[in-house]
Amino acid sequence: MALTPEEVRKVAALARLHLSDEELAIQTRHINDLVARFQKLQELDVEGIEPTSHSIPVYNVLREDVERPPLPREAILANAPEARDGFFIVPRIVDA
Amino acid sequence: MPHLHTLTAAEIVRAVTSGSVSARDVVDAFLQQIDAVEPAIKAFLTLTPEEARQRASELDARRSRGEPLGPLAGVPVAIKDNICTQSVRTTCASRILADFVPPYDATVVERLRQADAVLVGKTNCDEFAMGSSTENSAFGPTRNPWNLDCVPGGSSGGSAAAVAAQEVPVALGSDTGGSIRQPAALCGVVGLKPTYGRVSRYGLVAYASSLDQIGPFSRTVEDTALLLQVIAGHDPMDSTSVDMAVPDYAQACRPDVKGLRIGVPKEYFGQGVDTEVGETVSRAVEALCQLGAIAEECSLPHTDYALEAYYILAPAEASSNLARYDGVKYGHRTRQGGGHIGLMEKSRGEGFGAEVKQRIMIGTYALSAGYYDAYYKRAQQVRTLIRRDFDEAFQRFDVLCTPTSPIPAFPLGERSGDPLAMKLADICTLPINMAGIPAISVPCGFVKGLPVGLQILAKPFGEELLLRTAFAYQQNSDWHTKVPVVANRA
Repeated sequence: MALTPEEVRKVAALARLHLSDEELAIQTRHINDLVARFQKLQELDVEGIEPTSHSIPVYNVLREDVERPPLPREAILANAPEARDGFFIVPRIVDA
Repeated sequence: MPHLHTLTAAEIVRAVTSGSVSARDVVDAFLQQIDAVEPAIKAFLTLTPEEARQRASELDARRSRGEPLGPLAGVPVAIKDNICTQSVRTTCASRILADFVPPYDATVVERLRQADAVLVGKTNCDEFAMGSSTENSAFGPTRNPWNLDCVPGGSSGGSAAAVAAQEVPVALGSDTGGSIRQPAALCGVVGLKPTYGRVSRYGLVAYASSLDQIGPFSRTVEDTALLLQVIAGHDPMDSTSVDMAVPDYAQACRPDVKGLRIGVPKEYFGQGVDTEVGETVSRAVEALCQLGAIAEECSLPHTDYALEAYYILAPAEASSNLARYDGVKYGHRTRQGGGHIGLMEKSRGEGFGAEVKQRIMIGTYALSAGYYDAYYKRAQQVRTLIRRDFDEAFQRFDVLCTPTSPIPAFPLGERSGDPLAMKLADICTLPINMAGIPAISVPCGFVKGLPVGLQILAKPFGEELLLRTAFAYQQNSDWHTKVPVVANRA
């Protein structure tokens, strides 16, 4: 079940992570060390066992729908790597 | 008064409230201790001495006007750097957030401020709380005050080391698989992971949302109770925080364990657990029995599957939570071109360290088409089995006692090249997060000059019982009064 470097490259692309060739080699080894251990979970009979997503029962939590001021726009944009005229700047996505 | 930095939080509150010592003198003493030991320990990523002094002076002015002070009056506190502090850089020890300045306070930070605590700085940790040694910090490792060649544990290693070296009396950390308790054990201090839902995570940078909890570090159990009192309770800003009354945790600190039923799960003393660590913890259980508790061996049969299930679930959640770092809204942006996809890939590639990348990829893989049932769903089912083990044990026992860490602090660099060996440092702590139950680590001895922690577990919302058991133990032991040489200033 070991992942090939090509498969790890594909996973990295799904996760939007650029990896150098050197990183890819190391990550492939380390990921396979862990994934090999995952097989152990197949030993257990989990037929009919409910999955647990949260350790405490959490249901839909709704708050009162009341107006309140949001954080100021300047405070949010202060952390943006690039901002102009109150907007985040991103590379062109659609060609004119 | 000399050596103010050796006071506990409870002693500081009493002294500052009564006026026998000024908050300013207290904070100055701790800032001096920080100046003295920080070059060796490197527990902090950011220090805020001016703000701390100003805040302390304000408290003294308020007191002199006869105004009442809060329950943490004048107590210097350090905050793990994955908890948001308004106007104070919050990096998660990651290059990707190296310049991030939160526009708001986490709820726990707001509550500390309201209680009149004095924030002195932000502590080092493994990047995004992923690791067990604080070596995954993008800004360099923290060192263990008991042996500077050893790691402090992790991920909240900076908070644990800062408390151990008496740079602060108390600190906050976060615990997803042991990140409060394991460094507490390795640094010889008390660390508590509250029940999932007991403390608001609003403003905690999310790693694995179904497992993360914020909790305190201190030298005494009394101080842990004091801090928990302030941070516990429902918060409308965290929909997973539970709307349940907060008990009086100071009242829980009484040395009474007569008739307490202690379960000792045999799986936590077996393979992978250092023999001397196991013996040290067994002696602590015997000490509790001499105070009237009754201990009996028990079994948590699915313990051996917790690591595998955890390293599917936590990375799966991380892969989703860390998708927000895209080089657009905040954080590092690449200087290389490459369109909008390239911008994301390169910003993340440059910004994240190796362990974070590894967990994002494992999570992405586990959730990808064709693997979901075999990995993610099965891990959640195993989580149910682990939770049931604890449910059954708590029908027979009030608390369970185990080692916190299978090994004492290990040398820097020993495990950093082997992520799997590093992950094995969490085998005694991560099942607790899977079950969502509370657990405390208390210093219970030394092996080869390095501290060992006794981990005590209780059923959900059983924090009072943990505090009572740990308090009884500390009242009858003196491990918590030992101070590492590096912290002693003549």
